[in-house]
Amino acid sequence: MSAQPEPALLYSEEEEALRAAVRDLLTDHCDPAGVITRTESAALHDLPLWKSLADSMGLAGLLIPEELGGQGATHREAAVILEELGRAVAPVPYLTSAVVATEALLACGAEDLLSELAAATTVAALAVGLHVAPGGAAAEARLENGVLHGELTGIADASAADVLLVPADDGGLYAVRSADATVTPQVSLDSTRPVARVSLDGVPGRRLGDTGPAVRRALRAGAGLLASEQLGLADWLLAETVRYLKERRQFNRQVGGFQALKHRLARLWLEVAGLRAAARSAADALATGEDTDVAVAAAQAYAAQVAVHAAEEALQLHGGIGMTWEHPVHLYLKRAKADAIAYGAAGTHRAVLAELVDLRAP
Amino acid sequence: MTDAAELRRRTRELLAAHPPAATGRPDFLRARFDAGLAWVHYPEGLGGLGAPRSLQAVVDAELAAAGAPDNDPRRIGIGLGMAAPTILQYGTEEQKRRLLRPLWTGEEVWCQLFSEPGAGSDLAALGTRAVRDGEDWIVNGQKVWTSSAHLARWAILIARTDPDVPKHRGITYFVCDMTDPGVEVRPLRQITGEAEFNEVFLTDVRIPDSRRLGEVGDGWRVAQTTLNNERVAIGGTPIPREGGMIGKIAATWRERPELRTHDLHQRLLGLWVEAEVARLTGVRLRQQLVAGQPGPEGAGMKLNFARLNQEISGLEVELLGEEGLLYDDWTMRRPELVDFTGRDAGYRYLRSKGNSIEGGTSEVLLNIVAERVLGLPAEPRTDKDVAWKDLAR
Repeated sequence: MSAQPEPALLYSEEEEALRAAVRDLLTDHCDPAGVITRTESAALHDLPLWKSLADSMGLAGLLIPEELGGQGATHREAAVILEELGRAVAPVPYLTSAVVATEALLACGAEDLLSELAAATTVAALAVGLHVAPGGAAAEARLENGVLHGELTGIADASAADVLLVPADDGGLYAVRSADATVTPQVSLDSTRPVARVSLDGVPGRRLGDTGPAVRRALRAGAGLLASEQLGLADWLLAETVRYLKERRQFNRQVGGFQALKHRLARLWLEVAGLRAAARSAADALATGEDTDVAVAAAQAYAAQVAVHAAEEALQLHGGIGMTWEHPVHLYLKRAKADAIAYGAAGTHRAVLAELVDLRAP
Repeated sequence: MTDAAELRRRTRELLAAHPPAATGRPDFLRARFDAGLAWVHYPEGLGGLGAPRSLQAVVDAELAAAGAPDNDPRRIGIGLGMAAPTILQYGTEEQKRRLLRPLWTGEEVWCQLFSEPGAGSDLAALGTRAVRDGEDWIVNGQKVWTSSAHLARWAILIARTDPDVPKHRGITYFVCDMTDPGVEVRPLRQITGEAEFNEVFLTDVRIPDSRRLGEVGDGWRVAQTTLNNERVAIGGTPIPREGGMIGKIAATWRERPELRTHDLHQRLLGLWVEAEVARLTGVRLRQQLVAGQPGPEGAGMKLNFARLNQEISGLEVELLGEEGLLYDDWTMRRPELVDFTGRDAGYRYLRSKGNSIEGGTSEVLLNIVAERVLGLPAEPRTDKDVAWKDLAR
């Protein structure tokens, strides 16, 4: 194959500073016990935390140009935020609003809404099922007499959104105020990124642009940066499991001294190191526009197995405590498993790669 | 400080004084060594100029552009990668002056006499004995997995000089003359049919004390220099996308559509992704090194390399179907160079089985990652405070 440009896979000093700021905030305001409690409350999203991140720290507008009130940063910085949000399984609509919906709005040039998102006065959600891969088929609303009808399901973070970006059967993407639609939470495997049913019963919408390129761009960015969230999950799970196995004693020994367990953790470390390289590669490719489709598909073809494996290993190696509601490992397992479906399963991304790198099916 | 411009100037002077077209290869290489342009980070007088290692690329580029011969580093990898750094760090001035120049020019090939039938992963348990006799040491024992032994003039050797102390403390490091009459080299045939390696039998081999590297009993520490350089050498080289084993099967897949099945397709794509991720991990590791922040990922690179080589070559044999039932040639031969991706798929499959054994088994490397990277407790040791002669064997 032809030589690829070498992606920049390290973290810059600025990126590390951003990470430290986000981690400080999450350490103070997003502890695991609080996240567990919230999964059984009426307000699944942590809106005070979101306000701190989006408004006080200005992170909602990271990908939005400065002239629209955003920060004009790149996917590399957004990826660092997602690593930290993954580490904390934070129940905030960052990926769905500040990345996916934002990318769709950028594709449509919807400057008024972008300004609202940057100012953190509005949360948006793309009304495409969370399972849909870039380029995949999504359900559409019916446009009849200028108003929208239909039911769209599996819409992540819709219950936190003020504006829904709805694909309609005329090929257009429409902005719909949530207040005009009926958003019904679905009982979700991952309560920290809950999905909802959006019912449209003759609802007015504003056509923003064509669905195809906007949704494709949005989902590609979502898929690529999801890898950084998955890295954050896996990184926390590995570190926490190593910490616990050094502390836990059975048979008058630290459990982490048994070779059968050491080798499992060493293999997991190797997988996480690989995911870090793959996730940085996808984030850098989204930022530079070089080799983006391959980098995103490769990262998503790899990331889910690592995050899920990390969660499954963490649960098993924690023993009985890992099976309890009280211990946070289940939050990570549920998020990792849902992430394995989000923006296309690994097999879907492998099929995309088969075309991109000319390894065709029989 | 020697900078790039200075190195360029010196390189051009060398080329002017010894035009490659009109100079024999050994003469040119000797002249290059004497000009300090062999390995610029080595000291003056020993083939270098005490310059930063990164500036070697400047010299290499100038020489390559002028069509100058190189020292064929793949043929003398053990000398360059393992013996030389050890000699540089521990050798006497006399040893450095005698040994490094022909080592670098390739006029004298080196091999490594470390592993033994009874000392593989537990190398420090080695039993080859060296007994002091006046100004000499008399060495007896058996070494194994010795590449290039049949071509080598010299060997780096570790042997037991004190059996009465714990195993790590009773070892001494020597330079062994492979032309000594007590050295017998026998090819060791592998599952591939060829003999890349040898067994070396040492019978009353007489080594002058002046060929000792480091202090008596300090050989284990000296050997760490050698072994650390080996791990850098294996699995650390930059590769482009589809470089290495995955490129072979990808080419076969593209050229032979009649071999494709859905099952093979899924497995191929899975391995393609893993190979690409391993490549990116290597890219990231090198970027860390360049930025002066070496990461622990290096410890894992060889684990990836071994597993992927094995899985990919195994899939390739299966992909070939009827052809996978064949093998190119079982003839016993003694190759000078080893290419893991060379020959046909059957060879690649069989040869790659060694990748998880040579240069540290995958199991030992997993222990190293668990203990040094993750900080998990070390294996319980029952051999640390016991005299070597009292160990179970």
